[in-house]
Amino acid sequence: MSYNLDTLYRQVIMDHYKSPRNKGTIDGDALTIDMNNPTCGDRIQLQLLVDDDIVKEVKFDGEGCSISMSSASMMTQAIKGKKIEDALEMSKLFSEMMMGEDIDTGDLDLEDIEALQGVSKFPARIKCATLAWKAMEKGVHKE
Amino acid sequence: MDVKAIREQFPILDQEVNGHPLVYLDSSATSQKPLAVINAVDDYYRQHNSNVHRGVHTLGSRATDLYEGAREKVRRFINADSTAEVIFNRGTTTGINTVAQSYGRNLTAGDEIVITPMEHHSNIIPWQQAAKATGATLKYIPLQADGTVTLEDVRNTITANTKIVAITHVSNVLGTVNPVKEIAQIAHENGAVILVDGAQGAPHMNVDVKDLDCDFYAFSGHKMCAPTGIGVLYGKKQYLNEMEPVEFGGEMIDFVNLYDSTWKELPWKFEGGTPIIAGAIGLGAAIDFLNEIGMDNILNHEKVLAEYAMEKMRTIDGLTIFGPESRAALVTFNLGDVHPHDTATVLDAEGIAVRAGHHCAQPLMRWLDVTATARASFYLYNTKEDIDHLVDGLLKTKEYFGDVL
Repeated sequence: MSYNLDTLYRQVIMDHYKSPRNKGTIDGDALTIDMNNPTCGDRIQLQLLVDDDIVKEVKFDGEGCSISMSSASMMTQAIKGKKIEDALEMSKLFSEMMMGEDIDTGDLDLEDIEALQGVSKFPARIKCATLAWKAMEKGVHKE
Repeated sequence: MDVKAIREQFPILDQEVNGHPLVYLDSSATSQKPLAVINAVDDYYRQHNSNVHRGVHTLGSRATDLYEGAREKVRRFINADSTAEVIFNRGTTTGINTVAQSYGRNLTAGDEIVITPMEHHSNIIPWQQAAKATGATLKYIPLQADGTVTLEDVRNTITANTKIVAITHVSNVLGTVNPVKEIAQIAHENGAVILVDGAQGAPHMNVDVKDLDCDFYAFSGHKMCAPTGIGVLYGKKQYLNEMEPVEFGGEMIDFVNLYDSTWKELPWKFEGGTPIIAGAIGLGAAIDFLNEIGMDNILNHEKVLAEYAMEKMRTIDGLTIFGPESRAALVTFNLGDVHPHDTATVLDAEGIAVRAGHHCAQPLMRWLDVTATARASFYLYNTKEDIDHLVDGLLKTKEYFGDVL
């Protein structure tokens, strides 16, 4: 296997790591999900404001590596303003992408997320990338 | 010590990882295995495999002799009085849990268990559980800024109410080598027993349980060149005799009646079920291998490596090293704001294996005020060149992440 770090650390990933989108907390009542990766200590707090099956607002906070934090940033960017069912569909596509499968995004716009495709080549880092998505799924199912 | 010749005994080290020669710096997590150990396990399965202690047939006797022979090797390795004091189990975690669950039954409300914040989770949680079950109180000996404990703090924490002191011989994060002999004396003056977590001790130095005068000493085979799945709990006979087993079933019984049973004598009453026969034989072979090189030689070699690593790593701008100046052969660090996962991934791309994460020591991570760290750990097969590669890899990491952080 060629082991090119640049396939993992794409520029757009580093951009999200350096300048995360939707980082912070939502004032007032919001659905709050705390999740951590017990094997490494990464943790995320995700907040969702869902109204009429639409993700009206989403924020995240947490500590972790470049992959987990950039993935969280990209996820919030992608699901904001989307229908819940679309957010869940994106999560499914993301999981498939992490398994190294070719994905058909259909009408959905994954925006910057496809930059994370390279993570599938680094098995030890897949859990970093999926943390935020798992938090989102947990929250939606709680709802 | 001829490290080149030693390395030739470890076939796994002779490989490329991601296009670079493997530099294995994760022996505190698990050590690599020499041919002597691989062959001993292979030989056992090819020639002698059988269940033990049921030896009517020839293979059964051979397997039993090999298994019990390994116990005698362990006894000599730690200088225990008797093989009755050497219990084979799955590893350090199992050993500590056995003591916490069995000896821990003697605890009552008002009693104290004393540990430190530098413990591995496996020397914290069993005591949390014992405290919850009995109403005993869990107390911590505070740490100095450099991650050591002072005997004054030990004396101030251990009281007449303290029944159990449990402390690590060597911290898997800080590299701190604790004065366990002196702590044992203080524990005994107060009428408490002491358990030493030897997971990072036994692989790297001479351990004499009689000289340390510890009541229990738990360690793992896989960190000292033996296979995974085998460990040892040493305990003084006077305590083990009084303790109830925690696992019941085959192998550990004397008489089984319909409503009551009695146990075998030591050490077998603590070895319920078919034991880890091949693992124990592999551990015996590992002990022979380590003895041939000499534990003092190994310790000296590691001291040289630790000093060299500290000296070289200190030259890297922005690198923080955690733990005391005088330390065992491991260096835990963070590189500026680069997350240790990212550091470990860049190093892996260079063929360098380090650990990144919380090292099963979340309370210690909070004490250090970090969420995670990276750790390079060394063993008898590591060289100064390995450390040079690590330093080069860290400089590359800085370069790689330099523009974003």
